[in-house]
Amino acid sequence: MTQRSFTLAQEARVKTVEMTSAANASHVGSGLSMMDILACLYTEVISIDPANPKSQNRDRVIVSKGHAAAAVYAILGTLDFFDASWLSEYCSDGSMLGGHVTSHGVPGVEFSTGSLGHGLPLGVGAALGIKRRLRSERVFVLCSDGELDEGTTWESALLAAHHSLSNLTLIVDRNRIQSLGSTETTLRLDPLDKKFESFGWEVSSVNGHDHSELIKVLLQPQTSPRVVIANTVKGYGISFMENSVYWHYHSASPEERDAAIHEIRSAKYA
Amino acid sequence: MRNTFMNTLFERASKDPKIVFITGDLGYSVVERFADELPNQFLNVGIAEQSMVGIAAGLASEGFRCFVYSIANFPTMRCLEQIRNDVCYHNLPVTIVSVGAGVSYGSLGYTHHAVEDLAIMRPLPNIIVGSPADPMETIALTNFFVDRNGPGYLRLGKNGEPAIHNSTPELSIGKPIKVRPGDQGIIFATGNVLNIANEAASVASRNLGIEISVWSFPFIKPIAIDSLQEILADAPFVLTVEEHVRSGGFGSAILEACSDNDIDVQIKSVFLNESPLTAVGSADYIRSQRGLSVDSIVSSIKRCL
Repeated sequence: MTQRSFTLAQEARVKTVEMTSAANASHVGSGLSMMDILACLYTEVISIDPANPKSQNRDRVIVSKGHAAAAVYAILGTLDFFDASWLSEYCSDGSMLGGHVTSHGVPGVEFSTGSLGHGLPLGVGAALGIKRRLRSERVFVLCSDGELDEGTTWESALLAAHHSLSNLTLIVDRNRIQSLGSTETTLRLDPLDKKFESFGWEVSSVNGHDHSELIKVLLQPQTSPRVVIANTVKGYGISFMENSVYWHYHSASPEERDAAIHEIRSAKYA
Repeated sequence: MRNTFMNTLFERASKDPKIVFITGDLGYSVVERFADELPNQFLNVGIAEQSMVGIAAGLASEGFRCFVYSIANFPTMRCLEQIRNDVCYHNLPVTIVSVGAGVSYGSLGYTHHAVEDLAIMRPLPNIIVGSPADPMETIALTNFFVDRNGPGYLRLGKNGEPAIHNSTPELSIGKPIKVRPGDQGIIFATGNVLNIANEAASVASRNLGIEISVWSFPFIKPIAIDSLQEILADAPFVLTVEEHVRSGGFGSAILEACSDNDIDVQIKSVFLNESPLTAVGSADYIRSQRGLSVDSIVSSIKRCL
């Protein structure tokens, strides 16, 4: 863990709870589960300049689980990709920041997503283009585990391995909960590592809330596309939100919001 | 048309490394030269249309100009959401190329007939829909899409269509091209069936003694309103002809344009009937069985008189 990644994750968690609560918006649990991944990427792994987010030499981060928009915006707003005051207008009339990640009018976002299963093909195309131009930028795609149900994941996973896209990393937010319940009772994914291995990918499984583990694996050189299966807890960091499909949809009441923020702020960097 | 398209794209790609040709594993005997001579600009994604379009959008976001190629409905319906969200919404330079407009692949059956594609592609944001009538229009439209920095749909016939134009026409976006003079009625046609429309105009001249002008529409979206206003001013009638079902196709586009812009003219349409056939046959056979033939066009002309 680093102080920077810890502080960013903590601050963005608070904002995510505030934003979804104020907007009465869904998907707070989805955002909290992937917050540590985003915080590690943006502080210790990728190269990107918030003041020049379309620079050719930036690393690309494509968030395929577009419903976790509040978390993405909380990270980008905290890092000054745009004015943090935008966050308080999340999902309100006329706001740039809606309930699914958009690159339209929002600096720092590569693609507008929301319909699941779009991120990996986009990332494969970007990685292939970067390789064909003999450039060295890396492409990170962050997807949910539920969206691995989509066939596009596996179509493009085949192509990524076929073309040895060593500049492509897929991070799976493996919180094991999807829309109506457990991923394993909905449409079994395990053994997920074996599936990707058989597709020709390098596979790493890590604790998706352990910053040291995340940073280490995300900085390792690759010789083929890599999937990082980040084992996470939906709603992580707020005891009453953890591991519950309820918080895929529900937004915090003012009392729940305050309790959640108190719990987030109580966590100490160690 | 597909050979003309490939030759034109090959020529342009030879001089421009940004042009990438992507196929969903189709184009046997058509794509080999491109693959062999420009391997860094060629990509066969396998039989995977959804990922094909997403990957094309990813490549386009990195500065490439992508042409995505497959047959009939495969590069449109199978991957419609990728076209809508990834390509059109982001206004990326990806042109969807579909070979087998209408019932070009007649005997292969309904699964290989592109007869609802225009209705599906027309409403998408930022897209330009091109429908060449002959090899000359194919050259012009291919060059148009190469030069355009945005989404496109290029609806090609198959192969062996007769040349109607003597040379490559100069395209002006949305504007039709006059292919036959006449002042007693107008036919607007698009795509493969322009030659059928032309023949029907000849029959009308010979048998009915009326001279009908015929216009080819290489663009179905957009349609240049000023051209419509000019051509249709004082026209006794206009008959639209297309190899597509009624709903949402070329005739619909003309009706909408006329209605929205207060162009007051009698409009009739010839199109493919909606119900698929159970029997197979040649493209001409299926067209005629579904209501699109020289005879059906002439009958419609008579109704307009």
